[in-house]
Amino acid sequence: MSFFSKSPWILHYDASSCNGCDIEVLACLTPLYDVERFGVVNTGNPKHADILLITGSVNERNIEIIQNLYRQMPDPKVVVAVGACACSGGIFARAYNIQGGVDKVLPVDVYVPGCAARPESIIDGVVQGISALEEKRKISA
Amino acid sequence: MNVNPVVYGVLFVFLAPVFGGLLAGMDRIISARMQSRVGPPLLQPFYDLGKLLQKNARQVNPIAEPLLLGHVGFMAATGAMLLGGTDLVFTAFVLALAALFLVLAAGSVNSPYSHAGAERELIVLLASEPFFILMLAAICKVSGASTFGGVLASPVWVAWQLPGMLLAFSFVATIKLRKSPFDISTSHHAHQELVSGLTSDMSGRLLAYVEMAHWYESAILAAFVVLFFNWAWPLGLGVFAVAYLLEILVDNSTSRAKWQLVLRSSWAVTLLLSGGNVLALFLLK
Repeated sequence: MSFFSKSPWILHYDASSCNGCDIEVLACLTPLYDVERFGVVNTGNPKHADILLITGSVNERNIEIIQNLYRQMPDPKVVVAVGACACSGGIFARAYNIQGGVDKVLPVDVYVPGCAARPESIIDGVVQGISALEEKRKISA
Repeated sequence: MNVNPVVYGVLFVFLAPVFGGLLAGMDRIISARMQSRVGPPLLQPFYDLGKLLQKNARQVNPIAEPLLLGHVGFMAATGAMLLGGTDLVFTAFVLALAALFLVLAAGSVNSPYSHAGAERELIVLLASEPFFILMLAAICKVSGASTFGGVLASPVWVAWQLPGMLLAFSFVATIKLRKSPFDISTSHHAHQELVSGLTSDMSGRLLAYVEMAHWYESAILAAFVVLFFNWAWPLGLGVFAVAYLLEILVDNSTSRAKWQLVLRSSWAVTLLLSGGNVLALFLLK
């Protein structure tokens, strides 16, 4: 039996988000959405996390930080890109310092669209991330 | 019926994690209700533990795993010895040893967060352990017995003799249960100044050992409360439940204190309440 679907711990990283998606991510923890019902915990620590939730597009300065956070997470792990900027670079895609979406630097498992992404779709993205997590566990086991 | 106390000791090793896990599950639900949320299922701590055991463990320093096994092992041993009929004061020293293993494990890695957490855990130990020795010695003195079974069989009502000690214990229990404002060394919540503190570099099964040890520790604290209510042990468990509810309330309504406040307040409270209690017993005799 696998416990990953019942206890997904999340690490949230703000790449260069305008804070719109970040506020929606935090809204998921508030009484209205309360993701802790599903065992989701917002850990501040990559070594405890199963899901890396990234908001905002990747810029030249944070590529190394994002890769470092990903490397510090123990397997199995998945990456969820939240919002238009994390998916493709969004409105900032052609800015001089922007590399693009998270998939330029990390293998993204789930793309959550929206500007800003709605809490409902973020929760949906995490749920799809859990099934990706399950598959990765089966492969590694 | 005369049951060998060793049986209780062995039972503790197997049943205390169930007790501690359910307590943690209830804690999370009640905390959530206090924040007008629904909260996770009751068995969530067990799901978390199962997941941590299935997840890969990042070993930063290979010595951490044996140290953490020592932490959980000696924590289980403390409870087993307590119920198994060992001298009460001796168990306080084994409890301190178990806690020390966690500090060593946190100090064995390079993370500054982990080091800061380890140093703060030492301060927390300094604030709580001397009190446990004093408390158990006082319980032995007033009850005239030196083992768990002996205290339960004693005709003296311990809580009536040591009310100050009981109040001081509820203060120290906040430290031991890692509840805010005294959760200075580590915390389950993100967005604290130290993030995970001494568990920063522990992942997978290493973190699972720490969780298990904490469950044992909660059960040991419950056993300590039972010692105070030695004439009716279910009453002791009831008092523990009420005290735990208050701990959750305090946890949800206070912010983390600085280590200076933790150390000073715990020494002031325990010295005044427990020292005053012992002094009063001597003077009134």
